[in-house]
Amino acid sequence: MDIAINTSQSRYHVNEKGYYGDFGGAYIPEMLYPNVEELRENYLNIMRDPAFQQEFESLLRDYVGRPSPLYFASRLSEKYNSKIFLKREDLNHTGAHKINNTIGQILLAKRLGKKRIIAETGAGQHGVATATVCALMGLECIVYMGSVDIQRQAPNVARMKMLGATVVPATSGSQTLKDATNEAIRDWINNPVDTHYIIGSVVGPHPYPDMVARFQSVISEEIKKQLTEKTGKALPDYVIACVGGGSNAAGAFFHFTDDESVQLVAVEAAGKGVDSGFSAATSQLGKPGVIHASKTLLMQTDDGQIVEPHSISAGLDYPGVGPFHAHLYESGRAVFLNATDNEALAAGYELSLLEGIIPALESAHALAKLKDLQLNPEDVTVVCLSGRGDKDLETYIKHLK
Amino acid sequence: MNRIDQLFSTKPKEVLNIYFTAGFPQLGDTLTVLQALQDGGADMAEIGMPFSDPLADGPVIQDSSTRAIKNGMKLAVLFEQLKGFREKISIPVVLMGYINPVLQYGVENFLRSCQEVGVDGLILPDLPMDEYETEYKPLFEKYGQHLVFLVTPETSEARIRKIDSLSRGFVYAVSSSSTTGKDKDMQLQASYFEKLQSMQLKNPVLVGFGIRDKATFQQACRYSNGAIIGSAFVKAIENSANLQDTVQAFVRNIKQ
Ligand SMILES: Cc1ncc(COP(=O)(O)O)c(C=O)c1O
Repeated sequence: MDIAINTSQSRYHVNEKGYYGDFGGAYIPEMLYPNVEELRENYLNIMRDPAFQQEFESLLRDYVGRPSPLYFASRLSEKYNSKIFLKREDLNHTGAHKINNTIGQILLAKRLGKKRIIAETGAGQHGVATATVCALMGLECIVYMGSVDIQRQAPNVARMKMLGATVVPATSGSQTLKDATNEAIRDWINNPVDTHYIIGSVVGPHPYPDMVARFQSVISEEIKKQLTEKTGKALPDYVIACVGGGSNAAGAFFHFTDDESVQLVAVEAAGKGVDSGFSAATSQLGKPGVIHASKTLLMQTDDGQIVEPHSISAGLDYPGVGPFHAHLYESGRAVFLNATDNEALAAGYELSLLEGIIPALESAHALAKLKDLQLNPEDVTVVCLSGRGDKDLETYIKHLK
Repeated sequence: MNRIDQLFSTKPKEVLNIYFTAGFPQLGDTLTVLQALQDGGADMAEIGMPFSDPLADGPVIQDSSTRAIKNGMKLAVLFEQLKGFREKISIPVVLMGYINPVLQYGVENFLRSCQEVGVDGLILPDLPMDEYETEYKPLFEKYGQHLVFLVTPETSEARIRKIDSLSRGFVYAVSSSSTTGKDKDMQLQASYFEKLQSMQLKNPVLVGFGIRDKATFQQACRYSNGAIIGSAFVKAIENSANLQDTVQAFVRNIKQ
């Protein structure tokens, strides 16, 4: 495993200035400059260090349980008359892909001598994954979470607390992921020396989008190997993943960006419908601008105020996408679809009944688009099953009809 | 000559710059506050362009921004309100805000509007220095707008030099590593201020963040050409029954 350090650079990946096409950069106030610059100067060197790679690999293997299986979902395949594989990130320790990134970043933070870890979380999966690695390394952990999300993802709040983290409610704005991210950034401004901010997705100022994508790229690295073993071919016809900030999608797409025969499908949350006023389908509703220190597509008013998004799934309830995805969208390299709250719920029930797997509501958005892709029997499709649905049971049950 | 340069050439000490959010407490209060600041004796005013997600700001300015946006404040409204303000107001005025609303308004449009109404300079904390230098500098100069950059206790000496070479009007020395409105102790930062002083920057230096009363103002002035008060002022006018009086009393308390 090379955590995408030594692989050739795709033209869809970040350039030396920190941009993906027109998107990316680091639109940070001066107060954050030393922190972000320290990361920018060091992240690639640290990730290239063989000792770092060895530690990262062994933790992914023995602690996280990687490689995660690539499972041929036969009843789902039968239903859609195609060959559908699920990349089982739900089977990772802590139940989602988020831990791939937090393991990488905690090792990096230790090498930078940081003593205090902060994070934002939406669904709570990133918060749990961060609390987990902090417990593992014996570091203080503070997680910012929107008050609305604290309500709707209660099991994960309890897990974070049991793991020793302090959960701080973000009470401004829509009280969801965007606001939790604001609070985490403000914390970092106030604690510039001893603190590392573990961002949970491919968002934020350069080098975060690239760093997080590289840690998550293990997903597509494994898919290539596993598909070769199972089908004799490394390249699928479709890779489908949900996009909140876009880290599981970035990981699932990373090693396929230059293989143009692979159709990359990003699925955003349409909420109650793209044009309902209650949506998080950024590529459809957004325009270029700056959110959380990154130039990217974001949902905003004509006057440049950020619009409050809506999704039934806390992890997709974000008014932007990472700059990597903005570039994939603008360049046409990926297609961007969206699924409504109801489509996601239905897809969640469908997978539960057909395969005995309860998916996270986020992942259910990706599954919901299988019906729209007009797959052929010969097509090989990989769906990134980014997480498991335990945290969403209450929401699923509330909508059971 | 730009009004900011003019001010510092005649008054190099104890310059008082006060920040307030446009359209707050009420939409129509912008000019009232500005006029009262001048009447009370403030040397400069900094008008905040409210943004939904102000990353560098603490709760007080977050709240004033949220309320101003709810009141209907936006850049087009602000420029409409500022039309003709130079007939009555002679102190330098800078606009302060985040880059996204400016990008949506269009950078050149924005600079043109600033010049048309009589704004002297800008503080855009999340506009990267490199991007300013490579893309926007000639435009700022064309429209006579000084851009003020920030330094913090963590800024390296080499970077302070770079910031000083690109800044025009003054350099904004953030008093401690924090968001706005925190009361971190400035005494602890004496070595930082002394370093700034000894560097003999080409620009005047105004200290901001955490300046809240006469004592902190004077403390900051010992090391600099003056100071900026933001959150404490916004808080003071938040529930004012008579803005004119409240604003003037606030300024006099600092100045006397
Ligand atoms: C299971 C799961 N999938 C997806 C996401 C969305 O994040 P991203 O778009 O960064 O993969 C989350 C976020 O919390 C999540 O928990």
